[in-house]
Amino acid sequence: MHDYLLSLLIWLPIAAGVVVLLLGERNIVAGRWISLLATLATLALCVPLWRNFNTHTAAYQFIEKAAWIPRFHAYYALGVDGISMPLIVLTALMTIPVVIAAWDVIKARPAQYYASFLIMEGLMIGVFAATDALLFYFFWEAMLIPMFLIIGIWGGPRRVYATIKFFLYTFLGSVFMLAALIYMYVKCGSYSIAAFQALPLTLTEQRWIFAAFLIAFAVKVPMWPVHTWLPDAHVEAPTGGSVILAAIMLKMGGYGFLRFALPIVPDACRHLYFLIVVLSLIAVIYIGFVALVQQDMKKLIAYSSIAHMGFVTLGVFLVYAILRNTGTTHGAAMGMDGAMVQMVSHGLISGALFLCVGVLYDRMHTRQIADYGGVVNTMPVFAGFMVLFALANTGLPGTSGFVGEFLVILASFKANFWYSALAALTLILAAGYTLWLVKRVVFGPVGNDRVAKLKDLNGREFLILGALAAVVLLVGVWPAPLLKVMGPSIQHLVHQAVATKIPA
Amino acid sequence: MSESMMTLHSLGPAVPEIYLAAAICLVLLFEAFIGVKRPGATGTLALLVLAVGAGLTVAFADVTHRVVLFDGSYVADPLAFVLKLAGFLSVAVALLYSRTYLRNREILKGEYYVLALTALLGIFVLISANSLLTVYLGVELLALSVYAMVAFDRESGLAAEAAMKYFVLGAIASGILLYGMSIVYGLTGTLNLGRIAAAVTAPDSLGVVLAVTFIVVAVAFKLGAVPFHMWLPDVYEGAPTSVTLFIGTAPKIAYFALALRLLAHGLAGVTVDWTRMLMPIAVLTLVVGNVVALVQTNIKRMLAYSTISHVGFIILGFVAGTASGYAAALYYTLVYVLVSLGSFGVVVLASRKGFEADQLSDYKGLYRRDPLLALAMAMLMFSTAGVPPFVGFWAKLRIIQALWESHDLWLVIIAVVMSVVGAFYYLRVVKLMYFDDAPQTLPPTERSFGVRFALGVNAAAVLVLGVLPAPLLDLCAHVIH
Repeated sequence: MHDYLLSLLIWLPIAAGVVVLLLGERNIVAGRWISLLATLATLALCVPLWRNFNTHTAAYQFIEKAAWIPRFHAYYALGVDGISMPLIVLTALMTIPVVIAAWDVIKARPAQYYASFLIMEGLMIGVFAATDALLFYFFWEAMLIPMFLIIGIWGGPRRVYATIKFFLYTFLGSVFMLAALIYMYVKCGSYSIAAFQALPLTLTEQRWIFAAFLIAFAVKVPMWPVHTWLPDAHVEAPTGGSVILAAIMLKMGGYGFLRFALPIVPDACRHLYFLIVVLSLIAVIYIGFVALVQQDMKKLIAYSSIAHMGFVTLGVFLVYAILRNTGTTHGAAMGMDGAMVQMVSHGLISGALFLCVGVLYDRMHTRQIADYGGVVNTMPVFAGFMVLFALANTGLPGTSGFVGEFLVILASFKANFWYSALAALTLILAAGYTLWLVKRVVFGPVGNDRVAKLKDLNGREFLILGALAAVVLLVGVWPAPLLKVMGPSIQHLVHQAVATKIPA
Repeated sequence: MSESMMTLHSLGPAVPEIYLAAAICLVLLFEAFIGVKRPGATGTLALLVLAVGAGLTVAFADVTHRVVLFDGSYVADPLAFVLKLAGFLSVAVALLYSRTYLRNREILKGEYYVLALTALLGIFVLISANSLLTVYLGVELLALSVYAMVAFDRESGLAAEAAMKYFVLGAIASGILLYGMSIVYGLTGTLNLGRIAAAVTAPDSLGVVLAVTFIVVAVAFKLGAVPFHMWLPDVYEGAPTSVTLFIGTAPKIAYFALALRLLAHGLAGVTVDWTRMLMPIAVLTLVVGNVVALVQTNIKRMLAYSTISHVGFIILGFVAGTASGYAAALYYTLVYVLVSLGSFGVVVLASRKGFEADQLSDYKGLYRRDPLLALAMAMLMFSTAGVPPFVGFWAKLRIIQALWESHDLWLVIIAVVMSVVGAFYYLRVVKLMYFDDAPQTLPPTERSFGVRFALGVNAAAVLVLGVLPAPLLDLCAHVIH
């Protein structure tokens, strides 16, 4: 089975999605159970993936290769390393709460809803598992279609605007990457990512390609100033859409930087790292302030996501700042480790927070902070979870949120005191906007009659929030296995990132 | 094989044309004696004719050799085989989709099918043209049949206006083409494309540039490239939708062949001249097509401007001026025909008696009224926008690849930016169908099983060729040397 494990991970959810779609809305009870079983089975497939993963090598594992377009030397080539494997597990993990959360909440066209998410899941795993650039792009773009439909069909009042903006933004970013990938194919005659990483490129070429990558990945992360699609998309998306968007899709930008930008155009990255650092710090600080003034819970969490993703891009590009200031790469791996842990952790926490907002929204049908107040009085169990995830979002030690931010700030000390000073501001800002949110929504006297009538979590909601809380705490207190899995790949990446590719 | 030897056997490569010409006579007779009493019977016969034709083409195909017949006027090569097969299939599908539409408008007449078949014969002549005379013969046979088809609904003033416009402008284009050809003949003393290719080798000579200019303009007109595109939206809008479906598909194959035979083959020696002229045309076509499509409210007009933008991509393949570029243009053309058959087909199928589904707002909530039609249309729209996993993605990819191979950085940038602009109006159709509520007043869509099945296959082909693109890509590269 190990020979086809990654294929199974990709195609099992897609096949299940097609089955649910064909069963149609009339057989929705069966469709629901098939969806749940398929997502659980996908997560179960991650167990052998994790257990049999060799943590001593940076090479791709669980390799599959089949001819796809022989003429272009494009292969159906799959494989994982320490960078992609945790993200695949995260994807498999986060789709389950989406399915459970929709159980009796989504009333309109539920079969299509489940099918969209199942197909999404397979495509997202495909993005992380592809080792052929064309296959990667194929999954990367195909993913837009289900998300476009999810926001557009099940979204809020301004869903059409939000979803078209989302699609066009990401599409615009991606096509430049496509042009860059084809350029490199024409140069080296292969679409293998490894071949691209080995391809010598002049500095001018690297700058152009870097620009193309930057547009594609910066939109996806999203980085300031191309982040404006995200608050709109999050606010209008249904709960499940927000969860997947925040937990997985944003990670693809970070993954893109790690897999494509750093190893393929290292010299351009070294020349332009300052740009990314500045944009990241703006995201961390400015967007943090923007989050403070939000009136809408989802919008607040969306801005918080942008700020937290700023840490990811900062951690990734710290390697060049460290190299410049110390002449060595000591500590660079720590920054990247931090970025990776931050990605996983943010996936869990932001997903959980959006689920919390979904729990409230299902009962009150409003996301305005002002409509709430004193929820703890009527929903004590829910309040406990919400406070836990909020604290994790602020980076409380003992939660997963702490590990990533701590590693990135630690690494940034090696680069420049001011980077770390500015980045550390987030600890105050995040505490500010998150705790203030909790104060206004959860604590205080009961805000109004509707809050007074709220019912606490049902078993289904308790199950998903409880499970996510457990994972958040587990990664917080014991991140070692995660770091061990990533170790060799990050080390290898640091070497690639500082090696020059300019032909002599 | 000697070119002048005319045994029966040596006519094998010309079987599609000979068969089709005979079949047209048969259909005409059938219509005169039987068809007039039983409307629709001629249509069935025409479909049968096309199916048998496709079979014969495959049976007589020689996909490895290039055979020149009729004193050098006619060529049968692997490219011609592929294009003719595509011609048979696309005309068959177009006629299949149109049947109910024609009946509802009381224009289900045998002549419609006869004209479609003569147009197809014109397409074939053009595909296999190896001399300027054959080229012109094909162009006119195709054009005259299509003019008549546009005007087929005699009661419609809009259609008459469209046909008139098409005819007048088409005649000018034919004149320009003839003029260009006459200069070429004056320069080389031959009509044979092979001999012209050998003789015309001096770029930048005044006579050659003059001839190339006229030929490029004529080709651009026929393809509908900016600034020679004015006729196209008006004709697409004014013609009966079934005719729009017809002229939006199979003739594009012929005009691709026209460009390839005349420019890439006959004027290969002065590629630098005509690529230089085509470059601004391609850019203008992409920009104008996509930008103007944004503001259309009539879906036929929107698809017309979308066609123009696709023509821009096809011309970009020629601008590359390499075999890879021509193969990319061929692939793009075939993909375009496949997708257009589907999307114009949906417009035909959504129309009912006394109701043209030609406004974009007529597609509101189509998902609720007819999920299959909406799903097919959504797949086709995503494909045209160039989003994987649909086949349109590979078409754009091939063009960009060809442009990189000839180092056209700015053309690549324009092409990718314009494909994003284009995505907007395709998404808008999906938005109307899936996100908006249906007004109560819209009539039901076409329900006949056979037609819906064909549309399903059409849409499925767009997905299957998108996931497994290798065979068609290989075929296109193989037939272009």
